Amino acid sequence: MSGRMIVDKAVKVVLFASAIISILIVLAIGFFIFRESLDAWAKIGISEMLFKSVWRPGQDQYGILAMIVGSVSVTFGAILMGVPLALGCAIFLAEIAPAGVQSIVRPAVQLLAGIPSVVYGLFGLVILVPMIRKLNVPGNSGFGLLASSIVLAVMILPTIASIAEDAIRAVPENYRQGSLALGATKWQTITKVVLPAGKSGIIAAIILGIGRALGETMAMIMVIGNSVIMPKPLTANPLTFFLSQARTLTGNIAVEINYATGLHANALFATGVVLFALIMIINASARWIITHDQRSSEKAR
Amino acid sequence: MIGERSSEITLAHTAKTRNLKTEHRVQKFWFSLMWLFGLITVLILILVIGYVLVQGGKAVNWELLTTPPKGGLSGEGGISTTIATTFYLVGLTLLIATPLGVSAAVYLIEYAGEQSLSSKFLRTMINIANFAVETLAGIPSIIFGLFGYVLFVSTLKFGFSLLSASLAGACLVLPTIIRTTEEALLAVPDDYRRGSLALGATKWQTLSRIVLPAAMPGIITGIILSVGRVISETAVFYVTLGGSYRLPTSIMDSGRTLALHLYYLAMDTRAFDKAMGTGAVLVVMIFLINLVINLISRKLTAGVRKVR
Repeated sequence: MSGRMIVDKAVKVVLFASAIISILIVLAIGFFIFRESLDAWAKIGISEMLFKSVWRPGQDQYGILAMIVGSVSVTFGAILMGVPLALGCAIFLAEIAPAGVQSIVRPAVQLLAGIPSVVYGLFGLVILVPMIRKLNVPGNSGFGLLASSIVLAVMILPTIASIAEDAIRAVPENYRQGSLALGATKWQTITKVVLPAGKSGIIAAIILGIGRALGETMAMIMVIGNSVIMPKPLTANPLTFFLSQARTLTGNIAVEINYATGLHANALFATGVVLFALIMIINASARWIITHDQRSSEKAR
Repeated sequence: MIGERSSEITLAHTAKTRNLKTEHRVQKFWFSLMWLFGLITVLILILVIGYVLVQGGKAVNWELLTTPPKGGLSGEGGISTTIATTFYLVGLTLLIATPLGVSAAVYLIEYAGEQSLSSKFLRTMINIANFAVETLAGIPSIIFGLFGYVLFVSTLKFGFSLLSASLAGACLVLPTIIRTTEEALLAVPDDYRRGSLALGATKWQTLSRIVLPAAMPGIITGIILSVGRVISETAVFYVTLGGSYRLPTSIMDSGRTLALHLYYLAMDTRAFDKAMGTGAVLVVMIFLINLVINLISRKLTAGVRKVR
């Protein structure tokens, strides 16, 4: 075998090893985080952790239910505000905007995606929190679900908008032409033909946005208040729920991990396991929706 | 019978559909709403960036950029060491992630379709590898932080250091580099490969001298994207880098990046003006990075048009 053939074989082995690295990293992440959490599950108990809402590391009480509710509530708020805006933006970019306007809005979306999360957090801290504080409700500190939902809505906007735009653009042009030729208006075409056809991609975009929202850490710490309480309405008005402070699963890990030891640290890793599991379920369902739809549309052809 | 049927249909038709004029009015309403949504998005961007640049710009001056932070809880001093640390960390992270990510992508794209790959083991490994890359891309950054903390900081005893942080950061940006490199490789026409192989070059010669140079702009885009990721990332480095405001002198030293410094300023010292200034510097960096990526991709599409 000549020298260059030997090099060729050697390179192949090295490249294969690199390709395997990502598998190793995923396994290592799962292994280490799960291993560190084992003590927590064993000593505290699964139901004690998942269904109790008292988190007092000093007294060995490690219930993360309040954090689960906090994460889910802030994600829900962000979806409520962010999804309509993001989908509107996606439809606008893909179907309505003239090329010149597109070349302004699309880079704007791209830039929104690139802004560091601490900058969003700072913006929320300096602008939104003092604004919300002015609402005259007893117990309202300005920090809480409303401020963090708004910040998070802006942060997931680019994710959802760009994936949904791709999904809408992927709808074949002859669908639109067929609908328009039948006399439908452009808007009828969009709502009755284009959006249903791009449905799975759009849903996947929203699900990925949810995943992104659940995983956000620093910006949430900065505006959500971080008190470990079960979020609840401050007054009889149920809307004041969103003025309640809360803590997210991600925030719980970040705020306490650097000084936690022993069972406390194990409990934080257990928080990580719960977060990891939630995200995996969410991403897997987005993946399932996309591949499932591809298969069924292939069958239709 | 037929007549009856068709009159029924016309009846249903008129009952259900509005006339064209109303339809156009409906369309006008929704289109204006979509325009509004597009406008709101741009306004949010202008509001956030404008505020940070204007408010932060007041705090940015030569002194801020060139003096080190004073430390403690005062929030006094500049940001010079944090700028340097950011560059160190970006450099070190990409030094680890780029070779790994690019080689992984080369294998997954260039070797996965090979004839000799009839081995079931290799096929399964490639499928799992693809799935792993996708999984990595979806994992939230704080999980990478936890992982870096337990493996690099405590188990391997690298401590809170540039090394621990860059290893964790490399895991974070790896999927970005792999995916963009894969796309760049897929965009290289197969004729290039066949031409080179037909001239008697080995697969590696073809890859290193023909395919990789042709894919280079795409690969560079991936690297620049990762630079942006590392500059903006906070959660991972918050739990692996330690947060010392001093200039690290070795890879085993602790440090803080610009984004981390902003966090400490805002949360621990409440020095909001300096935090805004740091934010302005960050936003300008991200803006420049986006500009470069857009220029490269514009060049790329122009190049493709020329070839055609």
